[in-house]
Amino acid sequence: MELTLETLGLAESAQLLSLSAPGWGANLLRGLANSLKIAFGAFGFGVLIGLFGAYGKLYGGPVIRDLLAIYTTVIRAVPELVLILILYYVGTDLINKAAGAMGYGRIEISGVVAGIWVLGIVQGAYSTEVLRGAIKAVPPGQIEAARAFGMPPIMIMWRVTIPAMMSFATPGLANLWLIATKDTALLAIVGFSELTLETRQAASSTRAYFTFFLAAGGLYLMVTLCSGVVFGWIEKWARRGQPSLRGGRG
Amino acid sequence: MKLKTILAATVAAATLVAGAATAEQVKIGIAAEAYPPFASVDSSGTWVGWEIEVIDAVCAAAKLDCVITPVAWDGIIPSLTGQQIDAIMASMSITEERSKTIDFSNAYYNTPAVIVADKSMNIEPTPESLAGKIIGIQASTIHQAYAQAYFKDSEIRVYQTQDEANQDLYAGRIDATQADSIAMADFVGSDTGSCCEIKGAVANDEAILGKGVGAGTRQGDEALQAALNAGIAAILADGTHEKITARYFNASIYSE
Amino acid sequence: MITFKSFLQPHRIVMMALFGAVVLWCALSLRWDWLPKYAPLALEGLWTTIWIMVVTTVLGFVLAVPIGLAQAIGPWYLAMPARVFCTIIRGTPLLLQIWLLYYGLGSLFPQFPWIRGSELWPYLRQAWPYAVLALTLSYAGYEGEVMRGAFSGVVKGQLEAAKSFGMRRFTMFRRIWLPQAIRNVLPTLGGETILQLKATPLVATITVIDIYAVSSRVRSDTFIVYEPLLLLAVVYMVIAGLITLAFRRFENMVPR
Repeated sequence: MELTLETLGLAESAQLLSLSAPGWGANLLRGLANSLKIAFGAFGFGVLIGLFGAYGKLYGGPVIRDLLAIYTTVIRAVPELVLILILYYVGTDLINKAAGAMGYGRIEISGVVAGIWVLGIVQGAYSTEVLRGAIKAVPPGQIEAARAFGMPPIMIMWRVTIPAMMSFATPGLANLWLIATKDTALLAIVGFSELTLETRQAASSTRAYFTFFLAAGGLYLMVTLCSGVVFGWIEKWARRGQPSLRGGRG
Repeated sequence: MKLKTILAATVAAATLVAGAATAEQVKIGIAAEAYPPFASVDSSGTWVGWEIEVIDAVCAAAKLDCVITPVAWDGIIPSLTGQQIDAIMASMSITEERSKTIDFSNAYYNTPAVIVADKSMNIEPTPESLAGKIIGIQASTIHQAYAQAYFKDSEIRVYQTQDEANQDLYAGRIDATQADSIAMADFVGSDTGSCCEIKGAVANDEAILGKGVGAGTRQGDEALQAALNAGIAAILADGTHEKITARYFNASIYSE
Repeated sequence: MITFKSFLQPHRIVMMALFGAVVLWCALSLRWDWLPKYAPLALEGLWTTIWIMVVTTVLGFVLAVPIGLAQAIGPWYLAMPARVFCTIIRGTPLLLQIWLLYYGLGSLFPQFPWIRGSELWPYLRQAWPYAVLALTLSYAGYEGEVMRGAFSGVVKGQLEAAKSFGMRRFTMFRRIWLPQAIRNVLPTLGGETILQLKATPLVATITVIDIYAVSSRVRSDTFIVYEPLLLLAVVYMVIAGLITLAFRRFENMVPR
């Protein structure tokens, strides 16, 4: 290990990673910001799809249920990389064709929005399953009680089902968030300037492949570890008032 | 009912996105992977290079409001046909095969394709000399098409970027690489490229290697094609092209 | 659960008819003329995808057992490194890990000239050893975490009973602990293997020619975008389906 560090030249690495002009640190951080933006948007979009999906799977008619089953099965069987390519090319093409047909002219789709849309569809399939499981875990008595009070369905959803299922859904959603942050790296293949692509550009310009890939790995790891802490708090909050299942997340 | 809500939400999201669009901008697609000295990102995050300056000059001469838009190189033609960009100016050679899918402007530079290999190796840029050797090339380039057509007895490794092929040449994982002469002159002049030298140009095959580098446009987008042609002609005539070239290279990289 | 009769519900018949129409439309109005030319290459690529998936899953699982065991019952000086390993693998994108192993290590080679003379050099020049290493480590990282839970989940009474019989520690591990832990993880193994299948296309970025790389090649040779991607998605779905079926049969064979 020491030998590696020596041959790498720690001083040189520090200079390469510095935040001001000759260093590429600022580029990496900008990439990280983009990655987080996309991950956050995709995660949110995914949860939204998941919520509709879960309700559709649980309470929808037979057609909606079958369509949702196809959606979740297909998304979970095809590699994200392939899905990203298909959704990226087909999606933007279709939107433009639809906009053209409606006479809007071309719609500009920024990299971040396209990334959110593509990863969001992928995330949606997984969150459908997570949220469906969580909703099913809510004691039916609580929902029946709400119904007996004459609450309209949307109100039941907001006031009873969602708060009650939060504690069941948090571990699954935490996992999905981590997948979202890591899947943003795949967007490098489609040419979005997120962390992995910025790293690749910096590495190929300076030839310091090892230094930059390690640095990017460190940044991703930091995001993961921080998210772990934050989700720990969220889970604690979501479980407030309920007996603890285990001694907290490790 | 639920489907309707989803549809409504999607349409709302789409219109939100559309709000930022302005109709007159021309999106010039370049490869998101660096291709020095033509186009690469510097450490402050801006795109620099010979081709970037030429794009600016052409757009200024043609009075186009251009935005440089990086997209993945191996998806750059689908991005053009899928309307994510309006033109490609990414050192793309004008070939017969590509002309079936997209249109091209007139050429704005042309350079030969060369073979680069380790100094200690005795390699000629011929199929016989390269037989049994490992050749690295960048995906979706004229060099890939050429290598697949001519170097049938060599192992061909496909890289997403020329930089990665260069890196593996330096690491010794491949014996040779075929690429554009200017980009390779830049590479062998660098620290890591000092291992290697240009072994010579490959025999020309205009059907595969093309007729120089031009700007790609969507088929039928004749207005943009004409504007770009006018811009290219203007910078060639008023000496701007020459001035930019002189800042980067020793010799002209344009010939009729 | 899925019976033949369940397909005869009216809405399903309509949906299947629609699906059939879509397939027919795809077959008739999309371009498939490239298929015969690339079929041999595609079969080779398919084989590469499958062997990489199988080899890395098996090796990764073998590696995951000690990692899980170390975390479940190991002393701190074994548990700590195992835990750190799992955190790092699970906390960073696989794509980055692959690039770090391939290009990162590759960039260090020239500094150690003796590597090129060593007997390992012919393998170090290839791309697949790095692909196999990266995917194996990744699987081991994820499955190691699962195995930790599986080992902790074995009922303590059984172990105590074995101990009171005077079983030696290793026999106890081989005869009681490991089989029970494996039975605990069996329902998750199919899913994990599909995740591994879905990770394989990333190796195309380091020049391994798997089925994904073949579809990229078709795209760059012919500029046909959707058809190869759609077919690719279908191929992966078929493989995933076969994995699911295989594991279901396997699960039924194991006594409860």
